[in-house]
Amino acid sequence: MTVSVERSKCGYCGACVSVCPTGALELMETWIEVSESCNDCRICVKICPVGALEVCR
Amino acid sequence: MKERYDVIVVGAGPGGSMTAKTAAKEGLDVLLIEKRQQIGDPVRCAEGVNKVYLKEYIEPDPAWISAEVKGSKVYSPDGTMVEMSEELSGAEVGYVLERKVFDRALAREAALAGVEVMVKTRATGLLMEDGFVKGIKAEYMGKQYEIMADIVVGADGIESKVGRWAGIDTTLKPRDMCTCAQYLMTNIDIDPDFCKFYLGNKIAPVGYVWIFPKGRNTANVGIGITGHMSGEVRALELLDEFINKHYPDGKKIEMVVGGVPVCGSIARTVSNGLMLVGDAARQSDPVTGGGIFNSMWAGDIAGKVAANAIRRSDVSAESLQEYEKKWRVELGRDLDMGMVVKERFTRMTDDELNTLAHSLEGVDLGSTTLIGLVWALFKANKKLLWDLRSIFIGIKEIESEVKKEVYT
Repeated sequence: MTVSVERSKCGYCGACVSVCPTGALELMETWIEVSESCNDCRICVKICPVGALEVCR
Repeated sequence: MKERYDVIVVGAGPGGSMTAKTAAKEGLDVLLIEKRQQIGDPVRCAEGVNKVYLKEYIEPDPAWISAEVKGSKVYSPDGTMVEMSEELSGAEVGYVLERKVFDRALAREAALAGVEVMVKTRATGLLMEDGFVKGIKAEYMGKQYEIMADIVVGADGIESKVGRWAGIDTTLKPRDMCTCAQYLMTNIDIDPDFCKFYLGNKIAPVGYVWIFPKGRNTANVGIGITGHMSGEVRALELLDEFINKHYPDGKKIEMVVGGVPVCGSIARTVSNGLMLVGDAARQSDPVTGGGIFNSMWAGDIAGKVAANAIRRSDVSAESLQEYEKKWRVELGRDLDMGMVVKERFTRMTDDELNTLAHSLEGVDLGSTTLIGLVWALFKANKKLLWDLRSIFIGIKEIESEVKKEVYT
């Protein structure tokens, strides 16, 4: 499992990147990239100020 | 772009630009990179800063000052207002900036001091050799580059990767970060002379709402809540609730979101050939979230230390301890005291916040000193002051009063 980012909601602020324990997230200019090292901890999903991250199934 | 520099600074916010400018003025060959194509935009900030502090580093320019305020008004959950002068309001009250212009002005100053600046350039990793950082890997317009440097400075913000790449764990726990949302609003009735703060666990659980004036009928209206309170409700939803209640006719002309480190000082901010500055070093104030001045102040030190280290041909972590020590003596202590205050305040119920505000009603905080403020608080809230006693260590008058009052 991994997380997906709803781009129409994402404000590309990087808050999620700062809490990711595996460094799986990276803020590019206007979007977030999720790498394979995502361990599905969901911390990013919880802290996103706008709720742009979701767990993929 | 050259193959090597004395110093590469990653991130052109206030901390990065200040580091680069100071290093260049010290005679170093400096590259400043910014991953966005526009320095300063999009904004991720409430834009408040203490003007007295700021003036130490940059000549004020109306081009980047949106408003100047006299102080702050803090509202407890039941609406009791406590007014504080600018001096008592701390590092984020004084000017309300136009960060888009301010950040560019700082980058421009760095550029004019001789710094080479590259935008739309993202660091993708570090060049390492024998346990030393020797430069960065970077991406620009789809191409990969390797750029060498004696010292790399990570000023890459809350989402910092530079520290992690060098083995410094800067990962924030949810309770150590504030998740924030803000609108630039217009057509609202505001007090142009004051920054306003609204406290309360219903309004902003373990956080606050801020209103920072930005000219006629216009203000940054924002909210920050601690990360561990986010999930069921989110910063943006809570902000919309607040606005619907307080500013139903307000118009939103910009949306800003972001995270702020509120973790206090971290264990390490230097490594062999590397220093961290600003939000990347988690140097923002854990109580207010303010970080503009802290970053600039630390950046200035980092620039000077880089020059000293390169002059003595020693960029080891040991040599760069000069930076670590200098910033910790002043700012580190403030951050640690802030953590004590934060930990205590985050446990307060709305009733306790109201009681605290009531105890300050009628106290003229516009003219009082810090000691006067503490005294006023003390008379009504001995328990609170006792909990906070460690932050007054070294302030003799307060220390002795606290002891006297508690032991008698």
